[in-house]
Amino acid sequence: MLRMLVRRLFLGFATVWIVSVIIFAGVEALPGDACTAFLERDAQGKLLENCRNDLGLNKPAVTRYLDWASGAVRGDFGVSPDGQKSIASLVGDRVKNSFLLAAGALAVGVPLAIFLGVITGLWRDKWVDILFSTGAIFAMTIPEFVSATVLILIFAIWLDWVPAIVLTPADAPALDFFPEFILASVVLTMVMIAHIMRMVRSSVIEVMASDYVQMAMLKGVPYWRIVFRHALPNALLPAINVVALTVAWLLGGVVVVEVVFNYPGLGRTMIDAISDRDLPVVQALAMIVAATYVGVNLIADMLTILLNPRLRTLSQRRK
Amino acid sequence: MARPIIDIRDLSIGFTGRTGKTLPVLRNVDLTVRRGESIGIVGESGSGKSTLALASMGFLKQGLRVIGGSVCFNGEDMFARKRSELEAIRGGQLGLIPQNSGQSLTPTMRIGAQMAEALELHCTLGKDAYHARIIDLLGQVRLPDPEAIFIRYPHELSGGQQQRVAIAMALAGEPDALLLDEPTTGLDVTTQAHILELLRDLARDRNMAMIYVSHDLGVIARVCERVMVMYAGEAVLQGPTAEVLKDPAHPYARGLLASIPRLCDTHLPVALDGRPPPPGGGGAGCAFAARCALVVDQCQAERPALMGAGNGSQARCFRHADAHTLAAGGTGADPLHHRSDGQPALSLDDVSISYASHGFLDRLFGGAAKDIPTVDDISITVASGETLGLVGESGSGKSTILKAVAGLLPPAGGQIAVGEGNALPTMVEQRRPQQLRRIQMIFQNPDDSLNPRHTVAEILAQPLRLYDGLSGQALTERSVEILETVRLGAHYMDRLPGQLSGGEKQRVAIARAFAAEPEIVLCDEITSALDVSVQAAMLELLNDFKKMKDTTYVFVSHDLAVVRALSDRVAVLYQGRLCEIGPTEKVYGNQSHPYTSVLLNAVLEPDPDVAPTLMAEDVVELSPPSTGCPFQRRCTRKQGVTCENETPPWRETGGGHAIRCHIPLEDLGGD
Amino acid sequence: MTDTALQSKGPRRLGRFSVVLRDVISRPSGAIGLTLVLGHIILALISPWLVTYDFKSMDSSLILEAPSAEHWLGSDHLGRDILSRVLQGGRIALLVTGIATPIALLWGGMTGILLGLVGGRVDEVVMRVVDAFLSIPGVLPLLVLVTIFGTGNEVMVPTLAFFYGIPVIRVIRAATHDVVARDFVLAARARGHSRLSIVWRELLPNVRDAMLVEGAMRWSWMLLAFSSLSFLGFGVAPPTPDWGVMIADARAYMPLAPWGVLAPVIALSSLIIGINLTADALAKAMGIDRARKAVV
Repeated sequence: MLRMLVRRLFLGFATVWIVSVIIFAGVEALPGDACTAFLERDAQGKLLENCRNDLGLNKPAVTRYLDWASGAVRGDFGVSPDGQKSIASLVGDRVKNSFLLAAGALAVGVPLAIFLGVITGLWRDKWVDILFSTGAIFAMTIPEFVSATVLILIFAIWLDWVPAIVLTPADAPALDFFPEFILASVVLTMVMIAHIMRMVRSSVIEVMASDYVQMAMLKGVPYWRIVFRHALPNALLPAINVVALTVAWLLGGVVVVEVVFNYPGLGRTMIDAISDRDLPVVQALAMIVAATYVGVNLIADMLTILLNPRLRTLSQRRK
Repeated sequence: MARPIIDIRDLSIGFTGRTGKTLPVLRNVDLTVRRGESIGIVGESGSGKSTLALASMGFLKQGLRVIGGSVCFNGEDMFARKRSELEAIRGGQLGLIPQNSGQSLTPTMRIGAQMAEALELHCTLGKDAYHARIIDLLGQVRLPDPEAIFIRYPHELSGGQQQRVAIAMALAGEPDALLLDEPTTGLDVTTQAHILELLRDLARDRNMAMIYVSHDLGVIARVCERVMVMYAGEAVLQGPTAEVLKDPAHPYARGLLASIPRLCDTHLPVALDGRPPPPGGGGAGCAFAARCALVVDQCQAERPALMGAGNGSQARCFRHADAHTLAAGGTGADPLHHRSDGQPALSLDDVSISYASHGFLDRLFGGAAKDIPTVDDISITVASGETLGLVGESGSGKSTILKAVAGLLPPAGGQIAVGEGNALPTMVEQRRPQQLRRIQMIFQNPDDSLNPRHTVAEILAQPLRLYDGLSGQALTERSVEILETVRLGAHYMDRLPGQLSGGEKQRVAIARAFAAEPEIVLCDEITSALDVSVQAAMLELLNDFKKMKDTTYVFVSHDLAVVRALSDRVAVLYQGRLCEIGPTEKVYGNQSHPYTSVLLNAVLEPDPDVAPTLMAEDVVELSPPSTGCPFQRRCTRKQGVTCENETPPWRETGGGHAIRCHIPLEDLGGD
Repeated sequence: MTDTALQSKGPRRLGRFSVVLRDVISRPSGAIGLTLVLGHIILALISPWLVTYDFKSMDSSLILEAPSAEHWLGSDHLGRDILSRVLQGGRIALLVTGIATPIALLWGGMTGILLGLVGGRVDEVVMRVVDAFLSIPGVLPLLVLVTIFGTGNEVMVPTLAFFYGIPVIRVIRAATHDVVARDFVLAARARGHSRLSIVWRELLPNVRDAMLVEGAMRWSWMLLAFSSLSFLGFGVAPPTPDWGVMIADARAYMPLAPWGVLAPVIALSSLIIGINLTADALAKAMGIDRARKAVV
């Protein structure tokens, strides 16, 4: 087991490293650099040269990659082209806000999704299942900006229950966001619930049809005891990984939702940075998101290894 | 007589077909079982035997429903009971031992916890007494080291151990009756023999009623007093075991018996032509009429009832009195035997194969153990036109050797040659087309070896295009010709494998192999996924091809009787090492390797008078010992340290028969 | 006899297709989904003959008009006919994603099959790169490329095709692994068929179903990304209408003229839902558990 964990950890680090190379190389391959972006396209001659010298852009790519990567490991993503503020401080609050939003969505969404998945799986093809499964397809497929728009139209404009957009500054304490991010997290939660629910449902159906559940029935185990002791521990194991994958979706989906609700998070910062061609900020954000994604998946895999007796005892058996 | 524990009356079970019609899978079945009785239910796949067994617990698989009749347990109808009552009976008074215990034990629960659950539900013991009781039960099913098993997860046990746990779990409820649904299918012969002995003893000691469902008449013969034979959802014959197995009064039962290969019979088993009707497809008359040799007009028009057929048995047959004229074994064709003096067709010279391949990361983290080859030191020469049988339990390396010959696995050492010493390149990709066509392989499971998206025509076209460059009309004609040699008509050409029965699929797979006009055909357990009556047909087919084309076979099987029926010479493998090789009658004779003796003695014959002898423990070994005799750890005749340290010598008994053992020939039994 | 065998070859191939199609239609989700998708495609094809107003022409007298007999779906904040714009928006979305999806499927599928076959170290390394790409949120590289290179179809199509082909690699590689482990592939190898012929004859027919379902899913997600981009203001250039742009523009006037939002919202949602319902029914008809594939 230990070997599997170490192996998985190694692969996780390898992936993050490849991500950093891709991000750096990707930005490198684009025409122009931080200075041309900062100084507008027609900047030439001395000014450009000075700027490049200031930011160290004349060094070879490999050196700059190493500088950037070693900084990133320490949480230092350099300074923005105007040279005034460090990117880390610029981005820090925004990232915190986004994580807050995602965490809220996860905290509500995951238990609810698992609950719905289990009941739709157990009552397969009954009305509960048909209702929620159909709902899930809608929730899953309608673009976030569409559902957000519709929700704003209904709850903020027609019913006037909640504010339509967030006006709180980025560095405000978390609690200040609360009324404003209700709609935003509802939008995020819906899609996530749909994905996790569908997966849990299919896994529950498969496990309930398994030989060991049939055997438990024929052993006289009461129904709900079968569900909780025999079926669910097996059905929910694969859900761990799906939850992790959903986090990835959450981090991407957050971009659009933040723009719709004017929420001062990582997504909106990203859009602003791209509009301003502020590539170092884009690099930093991409790196943060990717590392989070890899990290969450790593944790999910490790949890699966720890919780699944089959994987846990693999190495012992080999001996 | 005592009141029956299980009383099934006129039970019919069915499902709703696509057209909305009700299709029966079980028709008018009666069955009564009393305390202390053990009843066997035999039948081929689809005969409804498992449905019947589960119905006696008041359980139906999804989609099935009771059409008529009743199932009473201790006098009360199971299907009329409340769920809580059913829960109290199931696992309590009525225990089930399932077919595949590996999949029937909950993977996330430790054995101890699963056993404790059974006790909690069906036992009045206090919680603190559970542990002692579980250890006691695990001991009763003869599991070594119950304390260790207690904390294990199901996947950490071997198949035999899992089956024993399932038995212990059923015993936890102190059952009055036990249902056994193919409890030994899929286990090695030696393990099977041990489990059956255990069940016999338990049934005797506890005076339980047993319903034993199996496709294997040998198993039934060993454990049951009465037998019920099922065919297409009906009970066609029931009676005392001795009567049913020795002189059955129903044509189907006789056909079934005749299709079973036996150790004592040198003839090929006789195939039962045709296939059973699908549910609801039997027509008005007898379900077996279409395949019956004794069929008369009445059989087509009217469905026979169960009628007394003498000697305590009942048969669902109008012509039961004449059924005794049909053969029930011993009349099959003589297999074509070649002596092994022909030209060599295939020779393996000191072949060893190692499965362990270590990935980049494994190497990075070390820990790659110094590996002992999975298969080692194999030298066999197969003469042209000869059939070599390779036998051994699961994990003995039989299939691995075939794959190496076919070039699908690279041997770690040694040489494989065809004809007179033409060494073959190790991997199939390096072999020339002419080398390739000489060796063809038939796989175990046709569901897996035929591409589900190809029609029969496309499947047969592959070798013909590749080796003969046929196309167009010539290709079609040749394909149809080949199809007819395996007794399938041209109308099969457009079918997909999914539209064929198991036997038909395997025929197509055989046809595909012979389409290449090979000299050597490798058969990898080709009958083990099939019903016995279909298995017999495959053996006949192989024999026919041998007659026509003088083909050389390497025939791999775990079933010693099947190997005996077909082979000229037999090689016995244990843990990837040869134990014994020689002419069939010598290997199956008295003088043999201790392991061969263990295997032969564990074989169950469909004859209640023949009892197996249990010699070695049914331990599963994961890897062979690094030195000495591979069988040393299980051998009951181990000769001390010699067997541990020294590789045993080949001892020749003459006539090409050799045994690899430290025990002198005189002590290995003699003729 | 042989003739009938040859002749019936054609109809049988059609046979499986029509069996699957019939199965899809017989499910409520499949019937509704297929109707929606076909409806959109047909509308996109014939819209030039349907539309009576120029989608660019502005009319200051018609700003934010409610639906009327002349302008069925009303008009937007610049007085443009919403119906014409919704129809035109559908054409562009379908054109771009309709070209990019097959390309994504093709290159992703080919790479997936290749990796599944090759295995070993190459597979391990390439899959790490694939994982790395998947861990970067999808919109980000799209946004960056579009800002730098513009939003013409010649940028959109290859960009979408590239990034949406990456997850396909993963799925098809897994499907390939499942097939390669089966005995019929081993049998073909043992007979000595070339690798190409094994891929073509044994492998492809068995991963085709997975690819088809995968393609439908990628298509819907690509549509989603395409309209998300334009919603964020990085999509097609202004006078050209797109559903995402239309929603973004009309949001500001939502309290006054909700129809301006509703028309593109319904158009976009119905197409994406249609594709997904079809994909679901298709997966069920072919016996693939789509929910198991979840995200990515």
